[in-house]
Amino acid sequence: MTIFAVICAAMFPVLHMGRPWLGAYWTLPLPNTFGSLWVNFNSPLLWDVFAISTYFTVSLVFWYVGLIPDFATIRDRAKGIISRTVYGALSFGWNGSARTWERYEAVALILAGLATPLVLSVHTIVSFDFATSVIPGWHTTIFPPYFVAGAIFSGFAMVLTLMLITRKVYKLEDYITINHIEMMNIIIIVTGSIVGVAYITELFMAWYSGVEYEQYAFLNRATGPYWWAYWTMMTCNVISPQLFWIKKIRTSIVATFILSIVVNIGMWFERFVIIVTSLHRDYLPSSWAMFQPTIYDLGIYIFTIGLFFTLFFLFAKFFPVINMAEVKSIIKATSEKSPMREIDTTTQTAEEMAPTASKDQ
Amino acid sequence: MKKGINYLVGVFDDDDVLLKAVATVRASGIRIHECYTPFPVHGLGDALGYKRSKLPIAAFLFGMLGTSLALLMQFYMMGIDWPMIIGGKNFTSIPTFFPVTFELTVLLSALGMVGTFMVISDLRPYGKAKVFDLRATDDKFIMAIDLSKNSIDTAEIKQTLSSAGAVEINEKHG
Repeated sequence: MTIFAVICAAMFPVLHMGRPWLGAYWTLPLPNTFGSLWVNFNSPLLWDVFAISTYFTVSLVFWYVGLIPDFATIRDRAKGIISRTVYGALSFGWNGSARTWERYEAVALILAGLATPLVLSVHTIVSFDFATSVIPGWHTTIFPPYFVAGAIFSGFAMVLTLMLITRKVYKLEDYITINHIEMMNIIIIVTGSIVGVAYITELFMAWYSGVEYEQYAFLNRATGPYWWAYWTMMTCNVISPQLFWIKKIRTSIVATFILSIVVNIGMWFERFVIIVTSLHRDYLPSSWAMFQPTIYDLGIYIFTIGLFFTLFFLFAKFFPVINMAEVKSIIKATSEKSPMREIDTTTQTAEEMAPTASKDQ
Repeated sequence: MKKGINYLVGVFDDDDVLLKAVATVRASGIRIHECYTPFPVHGLGDALGYKRSKLPIAAFLFGMLGTSLALLMQFYMMGIDWPMIIGGKNFTSIPTFFPVTFELTVLLSALGMVGTFMVISDLRPYGKAKVFDLRATDDKFIMAIDLSKNSIDTAEIKQTLSSAGAVEINEKHG
């Protein structure tokens, strides 16, 4: 999911470059004929290029390494010549030997360890794009942790939305249990509350800073022409996840599904509030304006949603939606005769709670 | 040793049985070629006498390479090749180079480690899998014994395998 979302997100800057085929020279430090003028390493926009491309590459590698044993399983059970050839190529000649499994486990552990700080760094650096500028409402030091919490919050909500449908369609109720869903909802309460505290801290800091422009930016957010976006964001992101404190709601599939969509809407409005309401009224009243999306803006937006679902459905159709090798080891360890039973149930939940859990990918 | 049969393939249907069998088989002096399992069986590497993987060291070295390359690149480009005057500030500064250095460290560490893993494990696109039993990627646990590397009588090995809990013993040509 990360990979498809990053591909979609990358579409926006690429399409907005105007001449995307030249983009490589503007974003990467490549030798060029402009007198070898390099990219500016002091710019947060360039940090973002490195952060997002590293995040994408490492996620892709992690995802693919995890798929290799499962491709081998499909290859060995494939009946048709085409599927045997395709999955044979994809499985890289995996045969499940003990030596390779031993190395595979070391690789998976270190990749998980590397991916976790990457999650923090990618959202921190994205927030630097805003935080290092001088626009009121953007120029705040709270942005990095606030974006990280927001990302985990919306990421879990989006995973829940897609997972609940996939679970129903593929009848995966025995693999993705209510317990998993409840744990994910608890993460949503925690990160949603962090996001809520961040919103209130922003308001407090605007007042406490004594800067007139900051104070106006936040007053304008809550009571200006875009008040509806601000209060939609507040309702969807701060109030609605608090419903998960009630166990009945937290363990209900329908309620979780509805609330996960509400959170997705809320996080979309958060981006809208941060970008549009901060830009539509900055220092110069002569440049104040209202934002009108053009048909092209809407078109690109709908296009990325379509692209995401195309990739997601192709994945669900041709690739294993659940890591089979991982499930096999858990089924074994949780069977009645295993003395490891208790211990392994707890590791399973811990895995679910980690932002780098394989389903997140 | 019979001509034409190079490997004896013991099939087990439980990983705990396989783990015990590995110990029994090795104790009776038989050399095991390799075991094949559908999921990572913890302790199997130790039972087979494999050393711990050195991949973490590879990851660390590639990470250090990433750090050095990133710093060299940025100091060269921003400090030596084309210094830019921005409000009289320093041409180079560690704090602004930090994000790119961190990212390249992680990138090279991850790619280098996975690349090393692929090369030493002989995994590559279109790689040919050496498969003793197709069920090794499904639900069976396979122990392969190379007869050319064992001087013990084949019948005796078969006897040891079946008493260790193998549900099937097959013969496989090289």
